[in-house]
Amino acid sequence: MMKKRNITFYLFIIPVLMWLIFLIVLPHIDLFLSSFRFENDDGNTVFSFENYLSFFQDSIYWLTFLRTAFYSIAITVLAFVLTFPIAFFLTKVVSKKYSSFMTLLLLIPIWVGELVTIYGWMILLSDHGVINNFLIYLGLMDTPIKMLYTDFSMIIGLLYMSMLFMIVPVMSALDSLDDSLIEAASDLGASKWTIVTKIVIPHAMPGIASGGIMVFMLIIGDYVAPNILGGKSSLWFTEQIYNFFLTTIDWSQGAAFGFLLLLLSSAIIWIVLKITGQKLERVGS
Amino acid sequence: MIRSLPSSPLYKIGYRIYIAIFYLFLTMPLVTISVLAFNDSNFIALPWEGFSLDWFFSNTSERLGLFSDEDLLISIWTSFETGFLVASLSTIVGTFAALLFEEEKFRFKGLLYFLALAPLVIPGVILGISILLSSTSASIYIEDHYNIYIESLGPSFWLVVFGQFSFCATYVMLLVGARLKKFDRTLEEAALSLRATRLQSIWYVTIPFLRPAIIGAFVVAFLISFSNFNTTIFLIGSDPTLPVDLYSRIKFSSTPVLNAVSFMIVTVITFSAFINIYTSRKK
Repeated sequence: MMKKRNITFYLFIIPVLMWLIFLIVLPHIDLFLSSFRFENDDGNTVFSFENYLSFFQDSIYWLTFLRTAFYSIAITVLAFVLTFPIAFFLTKVVSKKYSSFMTLLLLIPIWVGELVTIYGWMILLSDHGVINNFLIYLGLMDTPIKMLYTDFSMIIGLLYMSMLFMIVPVMSALDSLDDSLIEAASDLGASKWTIVTKIVIPHAMPGIASGGIMVFMLIIGDYVAPNILGGKSSLWFTEQIYNFFLTTIDWSQGAAFGFLLLLLSSAIIWIVLKITGQKLERVGS
Repeated sequence: MIRSLPSSPLYKIGYRIYIAIFYLFLTMPLVTISVLAFNDSNFIALPWEGFSLDWFFSNTSERLGLFSDEDLLISIWTSFETGFLVASLSTIVGTFAALLFEEEKFRFKGLLYFLALAPLVIPGVILGISILLSSTSASIYIEDHYNIYIESLGPSFWLVVFGQFSFCATYVMLLVGARLKKFDRTLEEAALSLRATRLQSIWYVTIPFLRPAIIGAFVVAFLISFSNFNTTIFLIGSDPTLPVDLYSRIKFSSTPVLNAVSFMIVTVITFSAFINIYTSRKK
């Protein structure tokens, strides 16, 4: 395969190579190398595992790490459970006339952006916020309940900003499911539950896997929702990375934590891809 | 259960109630901030004190409205500039990448494609810190060896542009690539056999076919850039983009001007979304 390349090929590949080398490969190699950089007592920068050791020595670090991993998986599952009926409704139940309008509504919070929507939740959930005022107005309670700055508000925020990324791929997977399969199963006496678990979900699996990965990545790498909506005890691993980079200015330590987060997210995605038999190439589509 | 199958009324009603609650959940934060943008109050939340346009137009030290708040207007402008540059750059390089991976055969293609997809599975935080680290290393290296200090390699406007470009290009590549998969290659071959050069065949045959996807990808890249926070925060220099400015205001000095900005964003997005659906329905 050594045919002569024409100039067009190089015109295309050079910018692409520059993108991949300078903005993807080299930065991550540097991240990896920086994570072993440590300033010893003499003020010299040496190669050391110290940055990783401190992760295991201080329980707050690895507890936050585990907490972040656990919550990210749980919220991803929750996002699937909550949005699957919506995706099914929009593709299979509601008439075509309304579905395009309703699908459009789903996209608006995505494009408005995370910061604005999280800010909206801050107003809704605060002690003098809309929800508390409404509940008091209804006479359901006398004093506001504390919802903002808790794990609850953090979960709402993470769920809200990520769940719509689940619906879109699931909808496109459901679009290709032939209605007659569902009709046939129903004619043969299958219950709704059987139809959903035996026909609909297996068919939508590629969409669920790519949606799940998108949602999971957004949650585990998010800073805005845990930081604005979470309380003092709602620690998130990204917050620790932010602190090392922007507050205590200990970049090597931050690099080590960043590398651990990258390992964690890659490992979980790899496992999901293996279990569902999907390929990374399909996640993007 | 589906359109063609009958269901019990109870199931139907229950399902529709769930849908209604979901949409309420979805629109509640956006509607709330939009309404509160017109609240005649110095606090971001309730109670409702009456209608006022102060948080858009007022220009007093107590109430600095959106159109008088110079810092805010500057950060909005910075976001527009960044978004435009990021979208242009990623549309060009992303389209190149799509053409390359769909139409060419070359060594290490699989590896390069994997790298091009990697930003999908790298948390935004990690992209931010690794680009910050490597550009700082490069800056130190260049200063030590050539005695030149390049300002753009430190946290700066251009570093933000390149940082956002690094993952926006992936989305462009996927969007354009999806359309390219539907392209009939024989059209290009026809052009080539009529003695067009490869570049001419791409410019006159392939690109016109890809145009809707390229325009769509440009808009997507712009919007991603406009709302990005997680990567941007590490790379920002002295001029914040809108999300970074909003974040620091939410954390340290929230006034209802935040509601006014949010209202503007929600309105523009909703309006353009409906224009989009209206024009695409006409076709």
